[in-house]
Amino acid sequence: MNIFVCIKQVPDTETKVIPNGDATFIETSSIKWIMNPYDEFAVEQALLLKAANAGSTVTVVRVGGVKDTEALRTAMAMGADESFLVEADDNLDSYMTAKAIKGAIAKSEKTPDIIFTGKQAIDDDCLQVPQLVAQMMELPSVSVIVGFEHSGDKLTLKREIEGGAIEVYEATTPCLVACNKGLNTPRYASLPGIMKAKRKPLTQLSLADVGVSEEDRRVSYSDFSLPPEKPPGKKFEAMDEAVQKDIVKEVVGLLRNEAKVI
Amino acid sequence: MLNFELSSEQKEIKEMAMKFARNEMIPNASKFDESAEFPMEILTKAWELGLVNTCIPAEYGGTGFSTVESITITECLSYGCMGMNTAIMANDLALLPIVIGANDEQKKRFLTPFTESYKIAAFCLTEPGNGSDAGGIKTTIKDAGDHYVVNGQKMWITNAGFADLFVVYGTFDSEQKHKGISCIVIDDKNVEGLEIGAPEKKMGHKCSDTRAVTFNNVKVPKENLLGKLGDGWKIAMKTLDHSRPMVAASAVGGAQCAYDYAAKYASERIQFGKPIASHQAIQFMVADMAMKIEASRLLVYKASWLLDNNQPNTKLASFAKAYAADACMEIATNAVQIYGGYGYSKEYPVEKLMRDAKLIQIYEGTSQIQRLVIAKEIFSR
Ligand SMILES: Cc1cc2nc3c(=O)[nH]c(=O)nc-3n(C[C@H](O)[C@H](O)[C@H](O)COP(=O)(O)OP(=O)(O)OC[C@H]3O[C@@H](n4cnc5c(N)ncnc54)[C@H](O)[C@@H]3O)c2cc1C
Ligand SMILES: Cc1cc2nc3c(=O)[nH]c(=O)nc-3n(C[C@H](O)[C@H](O)[C@H](O)COP(=O)(O)OP(=O)(O)OC[C@H]3O[C@@H](n4cnc5c(N)ncnc54)[C@H](O)[C@@H]3O)c2cc1C
Repeated sequence: MNIFVCIKQVPDTETKVIPNGDATFIETSSIKWIMNPYDEFAVEQALLLKAANAGSTVTVVRVGGVKDTEALRTAMAMGADESFLVEADDNLDSYMTAKAIKGAIAKSEKTPDIIFTGKQAIDDDCLQVPQLVAQMMELPSVSVIVGFEHSGDKLTLKREIEGGAIEVYEATTPCLVACNKGLNTPRYASLPGIMKAKRKPLTQLSLADVGVSEEDRRVSYSDFSLPPEKPPGKKFEAMDEAVQKDIVKEVVGLLRNEAKVI
Repeated sequence: MLNFELSSEQKEIKEMAMKFARNEMIPNASKFDESAEFPMEILTKAWELGLVNTCIPAEYGGTGFSTVESITITECLSYGCMGMNTAIMANDLALLPIVIGANDEQKKRFLTPFTESYKIAAFCLTEPGNGSDAGGIKTTIKDAGDHYVVNGQKMWITNAGFADLFVVYGTFDSEQKHKGISCIVIDDKNVEGLEIGAPEKKMGHKCSDTRAVTFNNVKVPKENLLGKLGDGWKIAMKTLDHSRPMVAASAVGGAQCAYDYAAKYASERIQFGKPIASHQAIQFMVADMAMKIEASRLLVYKASWLLDNNQPNTKLASFAKAYAADACMEIATNAVQIYGGYGYSKEYPVEKLMRDAKLIQIYEGTSQIQRLVIAKEIFSR
């Protein structure tokens, strides 16, 4: 099988995000990058599928900056066979990203049997790229996957919906599967794996190579600013039973009229 | 050319070891400290990922890491748990004399099995009556024709209760002092006359296994001697050049862990209406911690870099070991201080770090012995 995984490199979850100089994006110069956590489930599922289907290859595709390539190297150290990196600014919109991924897959000269992605990227939380890629490549897609079974060209996919309930989908390959936490336990990249990854092919492409230009842009960013500081929380003391009733009334009133949440 | 940056591959190695420390070690550290149980499952997992026995060269199935890479891993694992790291590091300490002093056939026979499954090794130098004065050891290794016979007692031997292989130092002639010391490998844990004592009850590093080992007329094949009779001291000294930077790195990891907890707590704990981190007395403690961790780390890297570049590193290795161990003790103590009463409680992580830090000033040559080595390097050159 030709198995593809799309991964995004995102700022470490501990990053203190600030706007850049002209407020057109976040300041990225001193960010520590990690693989988008949901993509780790995608990589793991791809490797499990490869192990179960002799002769399969796992190809990783990433669109983004080339200065740090941690995420791609980690994926190869975990066991992916090769990777494609489309060099781009971090401020591409979802449409351009999806188009670039489609272009990179075409450049690999392999027809995908399955494409894994994370269900969302934890930096911009757009939740669009998996569906856009599938749409552009005319593939079915199922997102928020927590269960995966494969036999022949049939897939049985468990999808998590509101309230923790599960929907079960049947799909046929080729198909795009966007993975959620709980699907599997991503393996560590072993040290021998890290050493081996050095010798695995990493092909670098430009946006032009994959047929993407500024004309594809649907969303442009401006006026980044930090959210206003939260006012301090209000505390209510209600140890004394006599006052509890009044305090509860007051809290409900505030939630209704001031915070407007109920 | 001076360059303080790790290569991208070294960064990845560090990242991965740190992830292992955070996900597998830290959440279990206090549990194993409490139970003093040997963390076999975690150690096996670490072995599977290539984090154990980093000293084994590639020719014998190892990762073939440089010292800089090994100590980078050690720092991370010690950050996760100094006690678990002792169990891991003791393997390297025992395998290093083989890497340094064995012939090709011996390396294949002794090292390769450690790359095929998780095996445990013990380094047997210290005796009840000889610790710092290791040159005065009394265990004997005698030539008995077609084999050697080992007699004597070792003390404080890490990993002894679980070891598959023992590297034993003894003398063939105590009159000859250092020149009599020899090093032999016992790779049969069931050999007659090898007695393993009960586990010692310790202040810290509780999940690491420490025992006395007694040899009663233990027969060892001739082909298990490293080098010739009398080569032991040379091998031991070279081993220390490798292992001291590693132990120093473990001090850096422990100190970094204590610092991270303390700095975070100081920003969160409110007294006198503001975070204690805004009181200068606390700020100075935290600043000293950060400064000493960086200084320790730089010494460790330099001691390792010298070794990787085939330059003498004995003095730097002792600088690193003494400075980093003393700094780790001070930093862990101050972390408890910053936590106040909570620091003294087992509900919080820092009292364990304080107990664990102490050992690093003692094993692999005490902080005093390091100064002795340094002074000798200064005055005898
Ligand atoms: C938990 C643990 C694990 C260990 N694991 C191992 C192991 O795996 N293998 C192994 O071989 N050993 C091991 N050791 C032994 C360790 O290396 C020794 O404890 C250490 O070398 C000190 O020796 P000692 O305990 O006999 O102390 P001593 O040598 O009796 O020292 C006592 C004190 O005197 C000081 N001192 C001694 N001589 C001098 C001097 N000339 N000048 C100034 N001060 C001096 C020392 O610094 C120390 O403060 C371990 C020890 C412990 C506690
Ligand atoms: C085993 C034990 C028994 C105890 N027994 C009793 C008892 O019987 N009765 C009782 O009442 N209490 C008791 N205590 C509580 C003890 O007195 C407090 O733990 C101690 O006063 C410190 O307070 P804290 O733990 O809240 O630390 P914190 O006040 O939070 O202090 C944390 C750190 O911040 C530093 N700090 C705080 N304010 C400042 C400042 N303005 N400038 C610079 N540094 C500052 C402190 O020195 C400390 O290093 C006991 C504590 C323990 C651990």
